[in-house]
Amino acid sequence: MADRISIYIDKKEYFTTEDKTILEAAQENGVYIPTLCHLPETESSTSCRICTVMVNGRPLTACSTPVGEGMEIDNSTTQITEWRKSVLEIMFTEGNHFCPSCEKSGNCRLQALAYRYQIMAPQFPYQFNEREIDATNDKIIQDHNRCIICKRCVRAIKDEHGRSFFAFIDRGHKLRVRLDRKLGKELTDELAEAAMEVCPVGSILVREKGFETPIGQRKYDLERIGADIEQNGQMKNHE
Amino acid sequence: MNKPVVATASLAGCFGCHMSLLDIDERLVELIDLVEFNKSPIDDIKKFTKDVDIGLIEGGCCNTENVEVLKEFRKKCKTLISLGECAIMGGLPALRNDITVSECLAEAYLDGPTTVNEHRILPNDEELPIILNKVYPCHEVVKMDYFLPGCPPSADLIWEALVALITGEEKEIPYALIKYD
Repeated sequence: MADRISIYIDKKEYFTTEDKTILEAAQENGVYIPTLCHLPETESSTSCRICTVMVNGRPLTACSTPVGEGMEIDNSTTQITEWRKSVLEIMFTEGNHFCPSCEKSGNCRLQALAYRYQIMAPQFPYQFNEREIDATNDKIIQDHNRCIICKRCVRAIKDEHGRSFFAFIDRGHKLRVRLDRKLGKELTDELAEAAMEVCPVGSILVREKGFETPIGQRKYDLERIGADIEQNGQMKNHE
Repeated sequence: MNKPVVATASLAGCFGCHMSLLDIDERLVELIDLVEFNKSPIDDIKKFTKDVDIGLIEGGCCNTENVEVLKEFRKKCKTLISLGECAIMGGLPALRNDITVSECLAEAYLDGPTTVNEHRILPNDEELPIILNKVYPCHEVVKMDYFLPGCPPSADLIWEALVALITGEEKEIPYALIKYD
């Protein structure tokens, strides 16, 4: 059993164990730190930087940094909120995110975070980059306009031998995720749905599954992202 | 005291945001007590007759006329608001932004599957506004003061924002009102 230690998040003391990351410690204590590329049970990719917190005065990603005794963590200063908004705004202007016509709208983590941070319009100019839509697979459609290169599908969707169905191809600004042509033919319905679920945006879509839930009943229509974690924290404080 | 003056325009939009404004239902009666409308499709006033306090812009800029109207609104309006996704990010018209204008025109007027255009003429009358290379969000053309997202923004959001602007009281906007679709 790992040692019990205390950490401070936004000047408030919380207890956790040494084997946790800052993100895990915060979550178990009901403190919400936003994540996009993070996937529990897999190695952190730390690519999106949205979970950046100040640790003893230095910016670090909460999903990959282990906790330490007496750590002082800032999670809600104006500076951190502005950084997080910038990260989201960069994603919204770099890709082509046409929310009104997106199948994932209402269930999209990127959109939900923008709602949480009340982004009314991004501060950066829209790029409108040319991206392709790959509809060659029988089960799924990949819309590269919306991909934020978080690598969640690459890390999560694997066959029984541990081979990833998705992989990165090319480099730099040409980098994109591609479904393996051969392996993709073996994609089961369950894995296809898992891929759509694991995608934090609307880049991986299962055929004939778009717009299934009516507006008003979708995941983030009424409840903001992270509300479940915060409610757990409130219940814990109450006990 | 004179009532605040409101003007509205639909640029490259579908009039959905204007419909959403009408969707404030019986509060419309309250609204006309609170404000006076000037140039707007709602009262069909075509030209500004005075300076305006609040301008609501629906739609982005897809042609030279949109730019002209938007610039005129900026000159006449103290506060200018981007109303809806098209004004904020170009919206669905901006789906053409990674396609060249010549390809768009060819598809629409020459090679489309339902097109009949015997003399292969592209619209080029000098009366017609010229199509821009891309559809631009309003804030990339002039300075916009506020943004109300949504496709369309909900009637409640428009109402809350207008009342806040008119009364000058800051308001916390409920989570469920800010949506991008």
